[in-house]
Amino acid sequence: MSMPVLEVKEVRKAFGSEVVLEDISITVPEHTATVLIGASGSGKSTLLRCINLLELVDDGIIKLDGQEITSVDTDPDVVRRKLGMVFQSFNLFPHMKVLENIILAPMRVHGMSRDEATEKALELLNRFGLSEKADQYPDRLSGGQQQRVAIIRSLAVAPRLLLLDEVTSALDPVLVNEVLSTVRELKDHGMTMVLATHEMGFARQVADEVCFLEKGRILEWGTPEKMLENPTNPRTKDFLQRVHEAGRL
Amino acid sequence: MSEDVRRGDGSPNSAPYSFGGEWTPSDFEIQRRADRKKKVRKNAFIAAFSSIFVLGTLMTIIVTSPGWKVLSATFFDWSYGFTILPKILVGFFESNVILTLIASASVAVIGLTLALIRTSRSPALTPFRILATIYVDMFRGIPMLLIILLVGFGIPALQLKGVTNNVFILGIIAVIITYSAYVAEVIRSGILTVHPSQRAAARSLGLSNFQTLRYVVLPQALRRVTPPLLNDLVALIKDTGLVSILGVTDAIRAAQIEASRTFNYTPYVIAACIFLLVTIPLTRYTDRTLRRSIERQNAQGQA
Repeated sequence: MSMPVLEVKEVRKAFGSEVVLEDISITVPEHTATVLIGASGSGKSTLLRCINLLELVDDGIIKLDGQEITSVDTDPDVVRRKLGMVFQSFNLFPHMKVLENIILAPMRVHGMSRDEATEKALELLNRFGLSEKADQYPDRLSGGQQQRVAIIRSLAVAPRLLLLDEVTSALDPVLVNEVLSTVRELKDHGMTMVLATHEMGFARQVADEVCFLEKGRILEWGTPEKMLENPTNPRTKDFLQRVHEAGRL
Repeated sequence: MSEDVRRGDGSPNSAPYSFGGEWTPSDFEIQRRADRKKKVRKNAFIAAFSSIFVLGTLMTIIVTSPGWKVLSATFFDWSYGFTILPKILVGFFESNVILTLIASASVAVIGLTLALIRTSRSPALTPFRILATIYVDMFRGIPMLLIILLVGFGIPALQLKGVTNNVFILGIIAVIITYSAYVAEVIRSGILTVHPSQRAAARSLGLSNFQTLRYVVLPQALRRVTPPLLNDLVALIKDTGLVSILGVTDAIRAAQIEASRTFNYTPYVIAACIFLLVTIPLTRYTDRTLRRSIERQNAQGQA
């Protein structure tokens, strides 16, 4: 078996006296998607931010392509070049047009020429049906379009691993679908990813593994069928029940 | 029925836009428009009446006051003012304008540098960060008049070789010292208002700390602080007049020389008018940029 893209081993993270992640271990093989589910505040986002080195772990090890990225000598910029991250609040740069948002990192970080970066960006925009938005500022776009641009922006540097942090939570229900189908297409093209989401139906479609987090611990994990239909842990059952009542299943 | 038939018979009452159907305002709407017009007219009348009444009363009080004759002769002697206008203009352009140009350019560079040092987190810059903080605390806290006196009389008193005792240059230095501290704080506040998520997004794309600042944080920060920076520019223009205390013959000093020669204060009024001629358009422009930046931020909030 080939080396997993991402390995998280016994990671712990606390903010002051509040423990946010405790004994977290996950393995993400190439071309698979791991979905993190759990209530708000369960530690999903923090885990993604730790993988991205936006937060430093307090204990444990994270490996990317077999190399430890949590050692003191790691250059975070080098690690982040291999990762894409999409945020709940899009975080597009409001002073740049859509195209400029996308070509910034390829040009400044990966040394691509403007022409080459533009060509690649237009290709991506075309693939996701957004080519006519290239010359607009983000605030002229709908939330769903903004989030798709954010996804394209993170794809433009051809990441090894894509981290998606509740990418549909800030969208109204009508717009959720266009973003989810974009993510589904990425999955079909073999993108390796870790996502935090509240969309259980979507989790079932894209996940190879589902992890349930509560109070910073992974309480249960397994295939989406097992996790979403026959969870064994009563806490998982309880969580899914509540999600179901909220009409998201 | 086809689209064409429904849309265009070109009747004079048709609306400027069309959803495919003909629309003529209802009687109710026509009445409402008439009422609205009446209300607007009434408001205009009230505004005009109250303005005339208040301003008229003020004018009357001033003009009928016992000292008005003397005052208007010593402050508003326009024919005398016209003869000394060139002198004051020369002072204004040779001192205030040049001082403003040199100082604002230098202040922009120094202020930005100070702001960047103060917001940086690099451990290597720690001593500079401390120095920048002390600098800003000191020169924001001392009245500019004192800085001008200290620099203007203090530096020549050192009698160092090669150091100028040209009051004009010393005056510019004093202005730059003070305004750099103000501007540094304005820019720093702009940098701090850029949301951390913007930084996180840039860093997670692999941009270095410096690149994040250069391409993502600063462009947004500077756009946000443009109105307060323009405000500081207006204040700077006025404050260039303070260097007259060192003996620089600027507009104020030129007016003072004239006034003390003739005991007529019209030169001061003339100097004030010259300053207003520059500062009023600039403050109007500042208001406009402020309004635009608020509109832009509101638009973003809705997205």
